Amino acid sequence: MSQPESAIADAQAGGPSDGTPAKGQEPLAELAARHGLRRAIARPSLPAYLRQLWERRHFVMTYATSRNVSKYSNSALGQLWQVLTPLLNAAIYYLMFGLILGTSKGIENYPAFLITGMFVFTYTQRAVTGGAKSISGNLSLIRALHFPRAALPLAYTIQEFQQLMISMGVLVVLVLVTGEPITWLWLLVPVALLLQTMFNIGASLVLARVGATARDLNQLLPFIMRTWLYASGVFFSIGDKVGSAENIPGWVADVMYFNPAAAYIELMRDLLMTSHAPRPYIWSVCVFWALFTLIGGFWYFWRAEEKYGRG
Amino acid sequence: MAESTEELSRVKAEEPGTPRADVRVHPDPEPPQVTRTPTVVVDDLHIIYRVYGAATEAEKGNAANALMRLLKRQGRPQMKEVHAVRGVSFVAYHGDAIGIVGRNGSGKSTLLRAIAGLLPPHSGAVYTDGQPSLLGVNAALMRELTGERNIVLGCYAMGLNPKQVKEKYDDIVDFSGIGEFVQFPMSTYSSGMGARLRFAIASAKAHDVLLIDEALATGDRDFKRKSQERIKKMREEAGTVFLVAHNLDVIEETCNRVIWLHKGKIKMDGDPKTVLAAYNKG
Repeated sequence: MSQPESAIADAQAGGPSDGTPAKGQEPLAELAARHGLRRAIARPSLPAYLRQLWERRHFVMTYATSRNVSKYSNSALGQLWQVLTPLLNAAIYYLMFGLILGTSKGIENYPAFLITGMFVFTYTQRAVTGGAKSISGNLSLIRALHFPRAALPLAYTIQEFQQLMISMGVLVVLVLVTGEPITWLWLLVPVALLLQTMFNIGASLVLARVGATARDLNQLLPFIMRTWLYASGVFFSIGDKVGSAENIPGWVADVMYFNPAAAYIELMRDLLMTSHAPRPYIWSVCVFWALFTLIGGFWYFWRAEEKYGRG
Repeated sequence: MAESTEELSRVKAEEPGTPRADVRVHPDPEPPQVTRTPTVVVDDLHIIYRVYGAATEAEKGNAANALMRLLKRQGRPQMKEVHAVRGVSFVAYHGDAIGIVGRNGSGKSTLLRAIAGLLPPHSGAVYTDGQPSLLGVNAALMRELTGERNIVLGCYAMGLNPKQVKEKYDDIVDFSGIGEFVQFPMSTYSSGMGARLRFAIASAKAHDVLLIDEALATGDRDFKRKSQERIKKMREEAGTVFLVAHNLDVIEETCNRVIWLHKGKIKMDGDPKTVLAAYNKG
């Protein structure tokens, strides 16, 4: 504000005498810089971005809860579906793979094995699928309000996390019913879920950015997810089917166990089932994927922050 | 129409040193203040939208055509680019209430969104002081949820904290005048009730630079008056207000400056009487 009055008068769009801008008017960019105005679209630094996201934590939580509530609000049974859906899923998987197809050969306590795998995989699958739609499906929200865009994929993952809490309740009951004892290892279940949640957030951030520009991703994703499901050892034991097979080299099983979904499934089975033999290095693999995906995913998503909402 | 356009182009031709296409017909009605601080500077702004699914004549959305297109290696015709804002420049000052008029599709809403920092410019730039905010939370609300939940959700979406939400809650319910309907899902509301609640939520927050897009023509006469008062109050609190409305009376009453957008360019920029008179003629 220390500029001479004449400069400000020049900068005014309309001169008082003839109504046309004065000649030799300074460029608008310089006028803006002189008054300390900043570009409306500028990506904040990563620490500032994380701080903004933290300030919006209430929005993220409320948005996630609201989506969960509105999902079943039109049905007669209402929120009861949050429990019924995983229960019915478990029943169908057991009927299909346990009784009809008889995949259970050689696996002790196959119902627990199958249902644990299915629930853990479903969590990742739904979080990633939701994340892929979180930007492209919310363009009107992005174009109307200002908030760190990472709040959306984050909210979608938290929505799935809330659903998972209910599924885990169902899972624990089912595992106990199938005869597994409660052990000290159960105390580590929250840690395993935390690691998986970190991975899911990172993965959904990556897919959110990809899905924001590649519209065909949502069409393709179900097929990718199904392939991932079959490769993750949900219905069968990777160690038995691949690791012990004579015509398949031994490293194939190791590679398959490095698959994050397989790793989190194996970890949860180790914790919940005494009959399940723990894999070596399983914790390292799970921690690696959690940190790598979360940090990498955040960085990757933040890099395009100012571009979301354009296409 | 032809007469006024001709006149405009004549005025334009007489401005050799002007890099911009806008026409200043009138200086500020107020005496020039010594410290007129610019709050928003828009510098040669271009906004290009990409629209998906806009079918061309050749492709009427069947699979065989889509396959032919891929085989012929033609790009993606259903992705169209819309040049919504084409080189707009102006400076808004502290205390300004700027009305933006123009036909449907003239780029008014797009311009507001760009000022709010919600649409990235294709070229050019918008410089602002603080964070301009758009008055509108519609996109954050969910029809299946109760008014109660939507108030909380909308407030958080605008960036309020839990303490502020608690403070504002009763005020929002009172102002919207929906009474016990706040316990019901918004899908059961009449369109007027929904609009009232949305406006009540959106206007619960104070802003430095406030952008209002067609928010006034909602509800019955009583609510219209109430909301105009609220806008006036917000204007006094805010540094600068932009107002897009088709209701020209509102603009004439509220604004001290009007920008007329036509096909993405500024056709006229000046005091409300002159611009609105020209706009009505055109």
